[in-house]
Amino acid sequence: MTQVSETPLDGRCPTGDIATRWDRHKFDLKLVAPHNKRKNTIIVVGTGLAGGSAAASLAELGYNVLSFCIQDSPRRAHSIAAQGGINAAKNYTNDGDSVRRLFYDTVKGGEWRARESNVYRLATLSTSIIDQCVAQGVPFAREYGGSLANRSFGGAQVSRTFYCAGQTGQQLLIGAYQAMMRQVHAGRIKVFARREMLDVVVVDGVARGIVTRDLVTGKFETFSGDAVVLCTGGYGNAYYLSTMAKTCNVTAAWRAHKRGAYFANPCYTQIHPTCIPVSGTHQSKLTLMSESLRNDGRVWVSKTKGDTRSPDQIPEDERDYYLERRYPSYGNLAPRDISSRAAKERCDAGFGVGPSGLSVYLDFAAAIKRDGEDVVRGKYGNLFHMYEKITAENPYKVPMRIYPAVHYTMGGLWVDYNLQSNLPGLYVLGEANFSDHGANRLGASALMQGLADGYFVIPYTVGDHIATKKLKPVSTEAPEFGEALTTAKSRVESILKVNGKRSVEQFHRALGHIMWDNVGMGRNEKGLIKAIDSIKQLREEFWSDVKVLGSGETLNQNLEHAGRVADFLEFSELLARDALHRDESCGGHFREEHQTSEGECQRDDDNFAYAAAWEFKGIGGDSVLHKEPLTFSDCPLGTRSYK
Amino acid sequence: MSHTGSKILNLNLQIWRQAGPDQPGALKAYQLSGISTDMSFLEMLDILNEQLIAKGEEPVAFDHDCREGICGTCGVMINGQAHGPDNATTTCQLHMRRFNDGDTIVIEPWRAKAFPVVRDLVVNRSAFDRIIQSGGYVSVNTGGAPDANAIPVAGHKQQEAMAAAACIGCGACVASCKNASAMLFVSAKVSHLASLPQGQTERSKRVVSMVATMDKEQFGNCTNTGECEAACPAGIKLTNIAQLNREYMKAVLFSGE
Repeated sequence: MTQVSETPLDGRCPTGDIATRWDRHKFDLKLVAPHNKRKNTIIVVGTGLAGGSAAASLAELGYNVLSFCIQDSPRRAHSIAAQGGINAAKNYTNDGDSVRRLFYDTVKGGEWRARESNVYRLATLSTSIIDQCVAQGVPFAREYGGSLANRSFGGAQVSRTFYCAGQTGQQLLIGAYQAMMRQVHAGRIKVFARREMLDVVVVDGVARGIVTRDLVTGKFETFSGDAVVLCTGGYGNAYYLSTMAKTCNVTAAWRAHKRGAYFANPCYTQIHPTCIPVSGTHQSKLTLMSESLRNDGRVWVSKTKGDTRSPDQIPEDERDYYLERRYPSYGNLAPRDISSRAAKERCDAGFGVGPSGLSVYLDFAAAIKRDGEDVVRGKYGNLFHMYEKITAENPYKVPMRIYPAVHYTMGGLWVDYNLQSNLPGLYVLGEANFSDHGANRLGASALMQGLADGYFVIPYTVGDHIATKKLKPVSTEAPEFGEALTTAKSRVESILKVNGKRSVEQFHRALGHIMWDNVGMGRNEKGLIKAIDSIKQLREEFWSDVKVLGSGETLNQNLEHAGRVADFLEFSELLARDALHRDESCGGHFREEHQTSEGECQRDDDNFAYAAAWEFKGIGGDSVLHKEPLTFSDCPLGTRSYK
Repeated sequence: MSHTGSKILNLNLQIWRQAGPDQPGALKAYQLSGISTDMSFLEMLDILNEQLIAKGEEPVAFDHDCREGICGTCGVMINGQAHGPDNATTTCQLHMRRFNDGDTIVIEPWRAKAFPVVRDLVVNRSAFDRIIQSGGYVSVNTGGAPDANAIPVAGHKQQEAMAAAACIGCGACVASCKNASAMLFVSAKVSHLASLPQGQTERSKRVVSMVATMDKEQFGNCTNTGECEAACPAGIKLTNIAQLNREYMKAVLFSGE
């Protein structure tokens, strides 16, 4: 039985006219005078779009910023891999877009499981992001006349996506990174690369510092400050195979959770429909083929079960363009969760293509015939090149084969409207928080959220914390720092002491299988209960049988991986428990028990219109559930139809 | 379940092992069998490492992250070529179908004074960050930017900027250069920002400062042999170096920088 807190959780959102909430709220936030900012230190963990933009913007304001990343340079954070684009309600294309429409599309796309106030703010800030990035020199695609170009993404009927070829994330991240480097030069940011955060230090109930391990020397260090800002990304690698970079992990968020920060909606995971299928048991990660490809690519399978003909031998009238058939208004640009399930449905029914039967075609023949190969190359050249590298097939000649893969996680640490967790002084930005995407994120919205949080929200809200809390200086000599340091050290030491027989990689893959099979695109009660048991068992085996060689005093990538897998083994149980408790289907969380006759999600708004924020009560123990009720006044609860 | 035509390879690996920055290193031989041609180069190293762990030998340290060719983290010398034999391809995107059964593959870290070895195949490329710190940006604070469409940028100028901005900062240009020059890296950033209206104000100052930092970090001089362009996984063109030289000359001769 889940223990439920009786007091509803308050997101502390402003009230009244939704369009002016953020403006009014900004006025209510207390300010720190310029000459006082330099006396305050802010710790920013992670250097992706959220962390990079936050560190740069806070330093520009005059704060001392300490910036941490696990990569060898802040420029390598995983935001760099985002391909297709970033949404903004600029309405440059004159096709009916507006802040309200972006807000509406995002709430509906998230299946009414996000907070209206946050989403409206996100839509409002979207336009400033584009202005800011252009000013930094981000080379967005342009029309011949020199104005900015747009394309469409899933779940929208307008063209509001700005892009830099197929490397939008790279260019936006380099923009934020360069802004950071400028502040490093100015002496206001100090970067600590190849450092992993292992704990948050809480003093008198307020987050005041972190514990890190230097991944090169193994040295443990503590840092104190006036606020801690976590921008440490998502937890998709709990599934082992995902489109996330290999070092993406849940450790920073999970350790913060163990210190008291609530973890919200972990069961909301995004399975992206267009990824290159698994090719064998050696597979180490999956590669996304951008959603932007669905602007021109058509998804299909044969109308004949188990058809072994090559795609060029299947005549037009024997093809099932199943997205166009099922969702005529949105067609191939149906949202991600819906497109993924539709692919799974066809493959499960025996219509899948390729050697494994676990893939569908994404075909550009029509676009190439219409626009010519050069135009298609201009739009997607780098993606086609990547596809050919991996599969040895030429997508200009034969259709791509694609299958869904874990790509993004909507859940994360719970935050209020100020992006502050329930632990005062601990802020969580970007994918690491839970706030804006509800149960499903629309394409080209992750970059938007990361940059909105970092450039335009945290600079205001963190000042309010500093101005109102009047924090006393704290030194890393305080006993709380010593205690956290000892905890972090002993965890690393205990991993090295196990000296068992199975490699970290084996445990991680085993966890991935449990998660994909039972907590993947389709979930049911029996499978989830089984998953919880299997995870518990695997965790016990890990602590008695994992084999990590070498010492903790040098670069030891296997030891780093072990620490992250150990945390995934704890966290994944919470994910499965959250999925079990949410006895409805919504967005990326599809409970097979709750579907319409057409196989769509069946929500239960009477019982589940809330964000589920879990309070830690011990590993594998019964976490306490705090419910934040979600109300919808400007985008009323409705049926999510893309037909 | 594999791609059509996949084969199994047996390989002789020669891998650089070095316990730490101040330790001596050496090539060590490993026999590896049963490698599918569908595997990526890094998945081949994953298999080797799993076998080493099973035998009680510490795995080979190598840098990698996105495994999609965009983050710039991975990169090793493969038979003397930065990122191996394929054009415009990072180490993580190189696949084993490029090799033959019985091949010997020599794997070494990037070699450059400015990129000291951290361990095995891992090097320290923080010199690149310091070059960017010295001017690889537009000095604009958050907030107050004009509307994005206020300044038009011609399509071909944007494409020029994008082609240069595509640099992933992996360091292959330095590793492949006999002088360990960072000119291709520096020129990519200088060209990117010089092609856009937003980069004009600091155009002269930027190039002078970035070149000075490049020299200070002990990267070598460019002698136009073009190895960097051949090795670059992001397709950064040698013409950027010509532009860098032009920008530099203009700045020191005419701008007073």
